[in-house]
Amino acid sequence: MGNDNVKKILLVSFSLSIFCSVLVCGSAISLKELQQTNKALDIKRNLLISSGVINSSVTEKEKILKAYERVTELAVDINSGSVADDVDTKKLDARKLAKVAGENIVLNSGDDLAKIKTISKVSKVYLVKNSSNQVEKIVLPIHGKGLWSTMYGFLALAPDTKTIKGLGFYEHGETPGLGGEIDNPSWKKQWVNKVALDGKNNPQIVVVKGQVDHSDSANYNKVDGLSGATITSNGVQALVNFWVSDNGFGPFLAKYRNGEVL
Amino acid sequence: MSMKQTIFDPLFKNNPIALQILGVCSALAVTTKLETALVMSLAVILVVSCSNLFVSIIRNHIPSSIRIIVQMTIIASLVIVTDQLLKAFFFSIAKSMSVYIGLIITNCIVMGRADAYAMKNGPVQSFFDGLGNGIGYSVVLIFVAFFRELFGSGKLLGYTVLKPMSEGGWYQPNGMMLLSPSAFFLIGIFIWILRTIYKDQVESSN
Repeated sequence: MGNDNVKKILLVSFSLSIFCSVLVCGSAISLKELQQTNKALDIKRNLLISSGVINSSVTEKEKILKAYERVTELAVDINSGSVADDVDTKKLDARKLAKVAGENIVLNSGDDLAKIKTISKVSKVYLVKNSSNQVEKIVLPIHGKGLWSTMYGFLALAPDTKTIKGLGFYEHGETPGLGGEIDNPSWKKQWVNKVALDGKNNPQIVVVKGQVDHSDSANYNKVDGLSGATITSNGVQALVNFWVSDNGFGPFLAKYRNGEVL
Repeated sequence: MSMKQTIFDPLFKNNPIALQILGVCSALAVTTKLETALVMSLAVILVVSCSNLFVSIIRNHIPSSIRIIVQMTIIASLVIVTDQLLKAFFFSIAKSMSVYIGLIITNCIVMGRADAYAMKNGPVQSFFDGLGNGIGYSVVLIFVAFFRELFGSGKLLGYTVLKPMSEGGWYQPNGMMLLSPSAFFLIGIFIWILRTIYKDQVESSN
């Protein structure tokens, strides 16, 4: 058929490449906006679920955006804990900044409980307000390594900055059914009302093996580990403790307790 | 071969996973939940039938020295488009599928059908061959996922069927069902059933 001469080979490969690249680019660009909206909405939805504003059955865009009106976004300087008013929270992407030299803080290995190496100098903090405009919950974006992946989620604290009001992850790649059970509602529920900081404001959450008797007040800082997922459980313990410690949002929480934030 | 045979033979008589033992890797990875298995099935059906169609259309112009690369390019492009569509319209499911949609590129069924069938047959025949093989793959995937989700976490499509002890029920979930080896056992059982019905699938012993 004469398909195997150089001219034909070049012609076929060249025209196929053009055709396929147009197809791929076309779909990527035309759908990009929709995908980004989805992603942003998904993060908002998870934030609201973690902080208990909506329950996990809510998926409608309008309801999510309506509920999100109760949330105030703040840009917080990690080291000083003060609110950086000059930073536009809409454009702030702490995940991107964590990888930019100069914009990030390199953690030394002793402090790096969550095994994330670098964090952004400025990060978002969310305040959930009730109908009379008082802060009901402080929501911190948290992340850290599990077994396979970096787990991204939200930790909701009461205004005393110590009592956990909710925890949830919106992105992770842990084994479904084992480490993936960090998404299990009944596991997440037991975090509520646990006390993340001790009397000296040091992190104290412990994820233990086996069952914890939650009715016993001596277990105020203990959470059940996930069976078959020790490394994921330890990862969750480490990342919660890291983000409420002085290397994480500790300075901000201290300022908040002293009434210096609002 | 009639059109009907082209579509229905790959379901049981000539199943790509059970008889040709192709595409087993992804059958292990995405079958811990029925929902992901269903989405994966749809994605594979779409990719394999479209790639067969496109390869078949240009089959008389593909130089044999670069035919594998040409097929690969077509398949890869289709997979990326599928991935983009899922991310745009089924975001939460696409999120739980993570890398596996992208890995359809490496699914041997897609490439196998493109090279073995679409290179020799017309576009319409090839399209239906792809459709049949995609459905054949789906049958196994759904079979495996059904049992893995049911016995592994006591649920089907996320709804609790057997209430696990951790939530106050009676069922002790079988943790092994959630790990890859269980899929091998289930595929083995599937092949066993098939070969009991279709005796001609049994290889002659040496």
